[in-house]
Amino acid sequence: MPKPKVAFYWCASCGGCEETVVDLAEDILGVVEAVDIVLWPVAMDFKYKDIEAMPDKSITATLLNGAIRSTEQEEMAHLLRRKSQFLIAYGSCAVSGGIPSLANQFPREQILKFNYEDAPTLGNGGQKTRPQLKFAEAGREVSLPELHNVVRSLDQVVEVDYYVPGCPPTPNITKAAITALLEGKLPPKGSVVAPDIALCDECPRKKSKPTDVSFTEFKRPHQLLADPELCFLAQSVLCMGPATRSGCGSQCTTGNMPCTGCFGPTSRVRDQGLKIMSSVCANVAPKEEGDINKVLAGIPDPIGTFYRYGLAKSLLRRKVNLPANGK
Amino acid sequence: MSKEWKPRIVAFFCNWCTYTAADLAGVSRMKYAANTRVIRLMCSGRVDPQFILDALSKGADGVLIGGCHPGDCHYVEGNYKMLRRFQMLKRMLKEFGIEEERLRLEWISAAEGEKVKRVINEMVAQVQKLGPLGIPAKFREWDKEMEHFAAQVAANEAASGCACAEHGQPTAQANKMEAAHA
Amino acid sequence: MVKLVINGKEITTEKENTVLEVARAAGIDIPTLCSHESLPPYGSCRFCIVEVTQRGRTRMQTSCTLPVAEGMEIKTHSERVMKIRKILVELMLARCPESEVLRNMAREIGVPHCRFERVRGDKSLCHTCQACTLVEQMPMHAPADVPSTFVGRSGCILCGMCVRLCDDVMKIGALGFEGRGMRRRVTTPFREPSEFCITCGACTAICPTGAIELLRVRPQEPQPIPSEFELGLANRKPIHLPFPQAVPRVPIIDPATCVNFMTGGCKVCEDNCQVQAIDHTQQDRIQEVDVGTVIVATGFKTFDPKRTPYYGYGVFPNVYTALEVERLVNASGPTGGEVTLRDGRAPKSIGIIHCVGSRDNKTNRWCSRVCCMYSLKLAHLLKEHTEAELYNFYIDMRTPGKSYDEFYGKLLEEGVHFIRGRVGEVTDWAMTPEEEGKLVIRVEDTLAGFVRRIPVDMVVLSTGLEPQADAQEVRRLFNMSCGSEGFFLERHPKLAPVNTFTDGVFLAGACQGPRDIPDTVAQAGAAAAEAMVLIDKGYVEQEPNTAYILEQECSGCKSCIPLCPYTAIAFDEAKQKAAINEALCKGCGTCVASCPSGSIAQRLFEDDEVFSEIKGVLAYE
Repeated sequence: MPKPKVAFYWCASCGGCEETVVDLAEDILGVVEAVDIVLWPVAMDFKYKDIEAMPDKSITATLLNGAIRSTEQEEMAHLLRRKSQFLIAYGSCAVSGGIPSLANQFPREQILKFNYEDAPTLGNGGQKTRPQLKFAEAGREVSLPELHNVVRSLDQVVEVDYYVPGCPPTPNITKAAITALLEGKLPPKGSVVAPDIALCDECPRKKSKPTDVSFTEFKRPHQLLADPELCFLAQSVLCMGPATRSGCGSQCTTGNMPCTGCFGPTSRVRDQGLKIMSSVCANVAPKEEGDINKVLAGIPDPIGTFYRYGLAKSLLRRKVNLPANGK
Repeated sequence: MSKEWKPRIVAFFCNWCTYTAADLAGVSRMKYAANTRVIRLMCSGRVDPQFILDALSKGADGVLIGGCHPGDCHYVEGNYKMLRRFQMLKRMLKEFGIEEERLRLEWISAAEGEKVKRVINEMVAQVQKLGPLGIPAKFREWDKEMEHFAAQVAANEAASGCACAEHGQPTAQANKMEAAHA
Repeated sequence: MVKLVINGKEITTEKENTVLEVARAAGIDIPTLCSHESLPPYGSCRFCIVEVTQRGRTRMQTSCTLPVAEGMEIKTHSERVMKIRKILVELMLARCPESEVLRNMAREIGVPHCRFERVRGDKSLCHTCQACTLVEQMPMHAPADVPSTFVGRSGCILCGMCVRLCDDVMKIGALGFEGRGMRRRVTTPFREPSEFCITCGACTAICPTGAIELLRVRPQEPQPIPSEFELGLANRKPIHLPFPQAVPRVPIIDPATCVNFMTGGCKVCEDNCQVQAIDHTQQDRIQEVDVGTVIVATGFKTFDPKRTPYYGYGVFPNVYTALEVERLVNASGPTGGEVTLRDGRAPKSIGIIHCVGSRDNKTNRWCSRVCCMYSLKLAHLLKEHTEAELYNFYIDMRTPGKSYDEFYGKLLEEGVHFIRGRVGEVTDWAMTPEEEGKLVIRVEDTLAGFVRRIPVDMVVLSTGLEPQADAQEVRRLFNMSCGSEGFFLERHPKLAPVNTFTDGVFLAGACQGPRDIPDTVAQAGAAAAEAMVLIDKGYVEQEPNTAYILEQECSGCKSCIPLCPYTAIAFDEAKQKAAINEALCKGCGTCVASCPSGSIAQRLFEDDEVFSEIKGVLAYE
């Protein structure tokens, strides 16, 4: 019986999700033994031609991480979708756009300009060189992928079978996903492979959380020496835990940092950022506009805070007055 | 011949005060702009920010929220919760590039039918001046950058006889998590 | 206990009593002048003298100062006693011949006239030796240098009641005795006008001969205490019955004006009370009562006509409000039912102005509903009481109700003049001789088509009804809303006129809107019935739009617990999840909107329902 074929691919990604697979440690050997990895750019050498040559749906499962923001990523998403039986959005970027999708707050031109012209780390003597999409020389034309105007999650480009959230997904849910695949015990199509209950359920700080949290200020993690036992919200530190799925083992809160929401919202919520905002603001103490605003000033970047991993899948997706087609 | 565009404003009114005031405006046969579509909730505290942004993302040009005056909420303090959310939402909408006149929170008590008329007329006039927000159209505009590729893919698939015609389309997902963008 | 004989009757009594008290208790009338329940016995007037036989010896003694003793024999009206009394009353009459009290006493005792004549003088002979003043406190002709601080007018019998009352009872001490023997008189210290006198008038009230002139004690007009019920048309005492139909029908003491609260003295009322019902130490008490239903019936306020100064209320003395006129025509009112102008004359013409503070963009826009009918009633009563010419100035005649319009017809037949027009002003500026000394009502007679000036003696303002001044505070207490006029808002004008938006709180009467007595009574019955239904049923019906926790999905983040003003959400420590008490939940949905993981839902207002509504209302252009 041939081993099931598995592919890993990365799009607009930091590489952390690849690390997670490696992080499976001893289990990785078990995985490698059990499957036939046909594509893994970070670790193995394959050509796209090889993938194109495969019959459709011949790859049992592709774990694709990273957001889709270039034409190459778009192309590979379509290709892998065709060639895979199951396409799994792996990691927050693929699931909901991830941190890269915060680029949806800026026009593409501004991003390019900063990166190629204005960044303080540039060392090309102010040459303002921009990559060209096409270049012809000696009778040969080469092309580069174009950056999209909008950063997208995987399911905004192709149909996705399963979602493994996390930035990166923790080894336990990665193992759970792969095991389910190999054993054929699959959840319903479209499921998120993480418990559908908020992080507070498994967080060790829940015991110490009072039932009357009322915010008179907000502190950012660097502005205090956090009590390692007390719930962050009770210390006036914004924690996305109540609005984020559990399953990660509360690594951040156990490590004395508040949850930033990478496992995404529960299935009952349409916009994670709005829900945590609704909860937190409802518990802000003052009743007068001026005083309320003073407290809320402790959250200087609401979009970045509430939508750190999910801007692409928020209700508005992107700053609405940005061009659809920048230069 | 194109029809002159008229704003579409979704209004969330609290049952006890603002909705009753709107009722009163109706009973008093007051005439005011017809562009507001009212959704009744028991309290302005029930207004989930998801409702507001969902309305905007589905084509509303503005959202109006009506509740009881501070101190007079039928449920004691629901309107304060709305006020606090509203203050943050204002900032977020600004960051999202949406003009601040498109979201309005008004305290309208049960006897203030006149105020309902005035506020709606004012807001419709303001939004009319701003023009349509047109987020569904924007979504379509944005997604045009994938059209060419999707067409290519469809052509390839047709050529290779693949029956997976759905693949490659930037469409809605089965996952409950995603709001229907269609 | 002591046994004694009075007028041949054997009486047993306590040791502490005086003979006067015992005799009076036995029904024997011994006359006194200087005795008062609040004052200890003084024995100055000597009228109460009785014949006392004790241990075989008889003597004459004042019964007011005589304590009872075992075996005493008293004769209260023996020949000897009567002789003494007759001489006494004659002597006193010589000093105060005008005193009604003394004259009555003289008549009762059987003294036909005073044999002693008053000193009358030839002015030219007067050398201001003041001998005459020793007989009469005020000389018949007043020489210039007779000190004017003699408190007592002709008539002071030096009984000392005023002094003792002012000092011992009222605890002021503004009056005292001066001099000895024939020079003894009652006056203020150093004969200076007193700055301590509080013009309570106790001295003038108690003086048996009416000899005190209060202005001589303190040369300023005493401040009367206007009666609230009589709307200032009459005065009252600090202790008073609020009004004849008061429930309970007991007098009340006003601590702001009662002398006891001012000086710690007086309490004459307590001394007089036969059943010891008066307690000056009573304190306000706040009592908490747990109830399940409330009927708010806090009434209305009348419009203050000072807000329409062009009608002259408070400027011209003969402009009255309708409520004041109600007191004037009332037989138990300040004038006993006599309708007179402020100077006592009977009015020959009266104008009643409707819609004062009603149907008016400048003051109150609404119609106060009851004024037309009460104005007609007053017109009818005033015509009956005074035979004056009556003019009613109206905008519309609002007479719905049984026999109301027929009553209007009756008035038309009685010859009351009805002029249709809102009155512009009331003025005392006369343009013709007929208008001199009268109040002129300027009005456009809209039916006749020209402006008229109608001179009347008396103007009555039919003031409208307004919400009470504290209506906003009261409504917040019960979580009620108000209409635009400020009256409490009913849940539905047709289908729920006595309910409010808060379950269990009902409305009755004019606090909800102007209405007359039959309507108020009907509404009160309806409110009582609704309240009784709640009480009787034994259970409460609730709207089903309550919130509920999705127990499996709840992470126990506790974010919702502090949100509920009804404490309907609690944290279940055993389950480590939130739990909602359905009986307490009122269905506002605030917790639903706040739950960060979407684990609270609301019946009838589910998230999906609202999202569908949003989709629906945006489905068309």
